Amino acid sequence: MNIRIPRRKFLLAAGGMAAGMVAVTISKAAAATEAEMKDAIGKVVGTSIVTKGKVTLDLPPLVDNGNAVPLSVRVDSPMTAADHVKAIYLFNEKNPLPNIVTFRLGPRAGRASVSTRIRLADTQTVVAICEMSDGSFWSGSVNVVVTVAACSEDR
Amino acid sequence: MLALPASADEARRSGYDFMSRATRAMQDEDAANTGMLWVKDGEALWNGKAGGANRACADCHGDAVASMKGVATRYPAFDARMRRPVSLEQRINLCRTEKQKATPLAHEGPDLLALSAYIGMQSRGMPIAIVMDENTKPFLEAGRETFNRRQGQLNLSCAQCHEDNWGRKLAGNPITQAHPTGYPLYRLEWQGVGSLQRRLRNCLVGTRTQAYAYGAPEFVDLELFLMWRANGMTLETPAVRP
Amino acid sequence: MARTLITFPANARRGEIIEVKAIVAHEMETGFRHTQLGEAIPRDIITHFTCGYNGVEVFSATFYPAIAANPFISFSTVATESGTLSFNWIGDNGFSVTETAAISVS
Repeated sequence: MNIRIPRRKFLLAAGGMAAGMVAVTISKAAAATEAEMKDAIGKVVGTSIVTKGKVTLDLPPLVDNGNAVPLSVRVDSPMTAADHVKAIYLFNEKNPLPNIVTFRLGPRAGRASVSTRIRLADTQTVVAICEMSDGSFWSGSVNVVVTVAACSEDR
Repeated sequence: MLALPASADEARRSGYDFMSRATRAMQDEDAANTGMLWVKDGEALWNGKAGGANRACADCHGDAVASMKGVATRYPAFDARMRRPVSLEQRINLCRTEKQKATPLAHEGPDLLALSAYIGMQSRGMPIAIVMDENTKPFLEAGRETFNRRQGQLNLSCAQCHEDNWGRKLAGNPITQAHPTGYPLYRLEWQGVGSLQRRLRNCLVGTRTQAYAYGAPEFVDLELFLMWRANGMTLETPAVRP
Repeated sequence: MARTLITFPANARRGEIIEVKAIVAHEMETGFRHTQLGEAIPRDIITHFTCGYNGVEVFSATFYPAIAANPFISFSTVATESGTLSFNWIGDNGFSVTETAAISVS
């Protein structure tokens, strides 16, 4: 099949090589889109309304290297048996897949605060969706600028 | 240009100083520093018996926390029998082949990286202290010559980037002063721990220069020069870099 | 060989919220990369992480390829009683690592 490569994506791939990754060739699955991210979020929330708020997503505004970007997420919740966070879902719009990670927690966590490190293929928006014990959904998002490393490497 | 008077020390910057706060935080806390995985492996290797002599590093050297303190600040160091400086990795392999009667560990293999990270960490926080004397000087000068020589298809010397243009950006990334203060280190780009020679290879490939083999005398001389150039700076092993 | 780093306070007061940090060695090969010859490199990732407190699950995570190599995770749990925290990572190609560590609660 003949796949046309948009110039921007080609440059991304070239940038990836320059960053010393295994040479990356573009395939159809090379990048998720905003629509795919919305679909993935839809699978989690169904027909529920997602309200902005309660969720604080923390990523550095400017990233040294997209291979390991520190991510912290906090949710404003008392974390009691009656009122707590059940799950936190993280999504992105430009990696090959829209899903990043899902955390499942409960009152025994004490506080709703989780950190990890993620990969980001490009400058993009990262979205966190939080599912509460009462069935409500809340969200927070952040824009991240990713610069790519300069010198290439033979692996 | 490269004679660094004491007053110039203020101007020297570790790669750490060029990093984002997020990447610094990864290095600053052992519980968050992925390089500590290698250090932990190195500790196990230090205490594990190996080779025909069935002897562990610890059997001769005892507790590395005491016996290896400061050692990494002095490498590459002159070896009288080899009649030239040897890197810390080469010193480990000399010990393996001569004392443990074991096969040498592969350069850039997980075990040699782990052992050198573990030994390196015993000097964390100490000033780099390369000795320049009549033994090391010719090799150090050879390393200096390599540092200043234009080479490769891009016809660039190390100094053109790291002396003349540090602080500027190359494809969005800051150009550092090339002080090897934290090796072996966890590099996000590698998604693993690597040695100074691996980093030097990256630079050589980046300038389209034929890279030396791991352990080649040219590499050790350059390593010696770079470490001497960083004398007095604090060792950060295992550092984290982008 | 040690392939995990787990950090949390060994001693805690009852009811105290403690922070747990865990790193596991794993390449997290995404499945979206190709070799220089154009061959696809198959996916090989950790898919699930679970933390148990005296046998009761208190935290879990589902990983996708966007989790960085050598996955790092930090979360909290309430120190309820003395006992054992267990950590389990499972993934593609039968990957499974389990670690346990003691906690003393007074």
